[in-house]
Amino acid sequence: MSPPEAGPSTLGSGPDRAANLFAATDLTRRKLRAQRIAKYAFGAMAAAIVLPLLLILAYLLVRAWPMLSWGFITEVPANFMRGGGVWPALVGTLYLVTFSLLVAAPIGVLAGIYLNEFARDNWFTRAVNLAVINLAGVPSIVHALFGVGAFVIFAGLGKSILAASLTLAIMTLPVIIVSTKEALNAVPMAFRQACWNLGASRWQVIRTIVLPNSISGILTGLILQVSRAAGDTAPIMFTGVVFYMAVEPGTLLPYSPTDQCMALAYHLYTVTTQVQDAPEALPYATAVVLIGFVFVFNSAAIILRTRLRAKKKW
Amino acid sequence: MKPEEAMRPDSQPAQDASGPGGAAPPGRRRTAGRGPIRRLFHSLSERTIVSLIYLCGISAIVFVFSIFYFIFREGAPFLRDGFDFQKFFFSINWMPTSEVERSYGILALIFGTGAVTLLAMVVAVPFGLGTAVFIAEFCGRRTREALKILIELLAAIPSVAWGFIGMVVMGPLIVRVTGADVGANALNAGIIVGLMSVPIIVSIAEDAIRAVPDDYRAAAEALGATRWQVVYKVIFPAAKSGLLAAVLLGVGRAVGETMAVLMATGNAVNIPADGRFPFFHALDSVSTLTATIASELGEAPRIGALPDGSYPPAAHHYQSLFVIGIALFVITFAVNLTADLVVKGIRKQR
Amino acid sequence: MGRLAARLPLVGLLAAFGCGGGSSSGKPNAGKPAPRTVVRNTGSDTMVNLAQMWAEEYRRISPNASVEVSGGGSGVGIRDLAQGIVDIANASREITASEKAQALKNTGKTPQEWIVGYDAIAIYVHRDNPVQEITFEQLAGIFGKGGTIERWSQLGAAAEKDRIIRASRMNNSGTYVYFREHVLAKQDFKLGALGMSGSKEVVELVGHTPGAIGYSGMGYKTAAVKFVSVAAKAGAPAYAPTFENVRDKKYPLARSLNMYTLGEPQGETRKYLDWILSPAGQAVVRQAGYIPVAAGQGQ
Repeated sequence: MSPPEAGPSTLGSGPDRAANLFAATDLTRRKLRAQRIAKYAFGAMAAAIVLPLLLILAYLLVRAWPMLSWGFITEVPANFMRGGGVWPALVGTLYLVTFSLLVAAPIGVLAGIYLNEFARDNWFTRAVNLAVINLAGVPSIVHALFGVGAFVIFAGLGKSILAASLTLAIMTLPVIIVSTKEALNAVPMAFRQACWNLGASRWQVIRTIVLPNSISGILTGLILQVSRAAGDTAPIMFTGVVFYMAVEPGTLLPYSPTDQCMALAYHLYTVTTQVQDAPEALPYATAVVLIGFVFVFNSAAIILRTRLRAKKKW
Repeated sequence: MKPEEAMRPDSQPAQDASGPGGAAPPGRRRTAGRGPIRRLFHSLSERTIVSLIYLCGISAIVFVFSIFYFIFREGAPFLRDGFDFQKFFFSINWMPTSEVERSYGILALIFGTGAVTLLAMVVAVPFGLGTAVFIAEFCGRRTREALKILIELLAAIPSVAWGFIGMVVMGPLIVRVTGADVGANALNAGIIVGLMSVPIIVSIAEDAIRAVPDDYRAAAEALGATRWQVVYKVIFPAAKSGLLAAVLLGVGRAVGETMAVLMATGNAVNIPADGRFPFFHALDSVSTLTATIASELGEAPRIGALPDGSYPPAAHHYQSLFVIGIALFVITFAVNLTADLVVKGIRKQR
Repeated sequence: MGRLAARLPLVGLLAAFGCGGGSSSGKPNAGKPAPRTVVRNTGSDTMVNLAQMWAEEYRRISPNASVEVSGGGSGVGIRDLAQGIVDIANASREITASEKAQALKNTGKTPQEWIVGYDAIAIYVHRDNPVQEITFEQLAGIFGKGGTIERWSQLGAAAEKDRIIRASRMNNSGTYVYFREHVLAKQDFKLGALGMSGSKEVVELVGHTPGAIGYSGMGYKTAAVKFVSVAAKAGAPAYAPTFENVRDKKYPLARSLNMYTLGEPQGETRKYLDWILSPAGQAVVRQAGYIPVAAGQGQ
């Protein structure tokens, strides 16, 4: 081995090679180039997914612009659904979401508690987990068929807000179960053990230690449930939404639970496929309001989760 | 409730000394007056709340069974009298309202679902897995967070909005680029559903990649492998099952997608494949199992049984849609079960 | 178990939101100072726009009445009427004898028919398509099972795209059934047509697709499409779907738009129907792109 100061080396390909033993060889350089190419290739794939999304959203926004105003949200459809706003549909969606949350939240959270805190590692727990996965994987139109068969016909609720919300509740249940389970799972076992050793009962531990420490995670799940329930059309189409229903502009409680209602997602479908002579911008504006509505909830969930992660001390 | 009894002697984390809970009275002092929900929990006795938890725990199983039961209940009369297995699955004649001869063949619908799913996976698998690799291995923390948020928003866009995008953006675009005769076709729906399946593929695949122990990476890098070599020589083989599960769940999502497909495929009972080159015609309009239910259920009347217990032929349309529902339920169940077994498989290996 | 599970939340929700809104038809809500009545109106997708426009307009005249409109199709409307779920069923076809019997069996009342307007099913093509006229026979060749017309050149037209794209409706819509009965003589449709779910969707698709032909209500015309004149037989004169041609019964694909009530309607439903048949209500028909009934012909 020649010392570095002994002039040009026969081994290296250049003078710097001689200066530094760890300098890149041709092989390393080629490898680094391959790595950079791989990085850009994968980056391009990610961009190919994300950029069209942004472009499409921008396009929708531009086309919707002429109709977007505060009035579009607070007014009722006017001029034969060719103008006005989406107020009754927005309120209808809020109704459906609220009722389905009222049903799904307690069941989902308790089921999450069961799976994380009570279930043992046996076939039965596996069956429950599989059922949760399957409930999430069943197509929304199959949930719609279930809603028709079980709530509209068998339970005799008819096409109504109740039947539609119950269908949505069951469809969105897995969202809550899974996020509750994950939130609880993030609470360190040592917390629980400390309490058990003080003689606390199982439920006491959950109530005083586990739940308070996982509440943000559970809330995130509830918010995501709202977003999911607000966006889905198929399950409510046959269980309780209507094309049009006259309501007073600005009324907060225009529907009763046994009524049918309008809903944003279905409204987008009908203005796209049914309403004649609608101005160009109307379906775009409806789409923007619908997407905006779910994005508000999703952003809330994202913010909540980020803050939670920043706050976590263990 | 029997399962509750069976489960009673708790519990998974029962290594501690306190034993099965239930006997101890709930502690009052600590939580008094801390909000209505807390107080509500407080007022319930331990025993009640624990049984409630068990009850809700098994609810998922109850719901899955009741979904099957209620769909079966509506579809059963058709299965009993009008059903011809071979015709149902192997005839392309979907003519449930014909006045000449009603026939219920879903072969073309199966092909339609297959075509859309296939095209969706052609879009979603490479891009989904690529994005997952990029997020997990190649980018910095900032980029990763930003990408994950964007992909979460991608997942949040409602399916009817996707359908709308398919109709007004993708359709005209496809006509302009490919010169297709009509914009509502299998390719349109395939791209839309592909974009919709990307988020689930990315999130599961990323989890699988992250689950590969860092030792593997370190060992490979110490041997002089580049990141790219690490990815495809070490991480891909190690995360194989997780990636497969990601793809399977993407397939499940694509098969079950309804509104977007209803608005983007054109809904034509048509097999997009024949002997002509190129054998598979992605620019043909098709119809899928899900979209057929969604478009026809609203107008298919539910007709009651005649006095002698049989059903008039007109009643079979409504019932046959529920039978398609059963088929869909079974298909997605199988896909999800396989994905679950694949994932369980890796856990066991570790 | 299922029934119980479904009813339990119902009780709670009713208790929580019971004061929320209207009751079903005719029964004023006791708890409210200004009782609101709901008229439930379901049925034909062809009529759903018209029904919505009436509902919206009627609200100005009678602010305490709320008309609930939904589509779903003629068959669904009549079925719901026969079960007593709705007050008025819209149908773009006539009620069948068995549907009448069903209603009588369930509710003890016979459905009563109200002709509230006329509609023509127009044949639409892309506005650049050179075709001007078409016969029933040619339509059957395009849409019907066994029909051999697949290309525009077979009709002697040089369209931008030669392949004919058939825009049809899903197989149980009233328009589909009407077209099958009158143009295809009750024979089946050829498979492979696009089964659009809405009347507007058909016209939109034809407007985007140079090679397409479709049928839909005449009220849905846009600038991107044009009407084709229709002749019932080869050699017979072809008529465009204009107001005059429909009213004079020259256009061969015209039909009445019907509403059905259970027996003689009462209360708000009665007032609503009377208003629909009044000049003010019929003005809406015109605005919706349909043809009003002549004065005094309503019942």
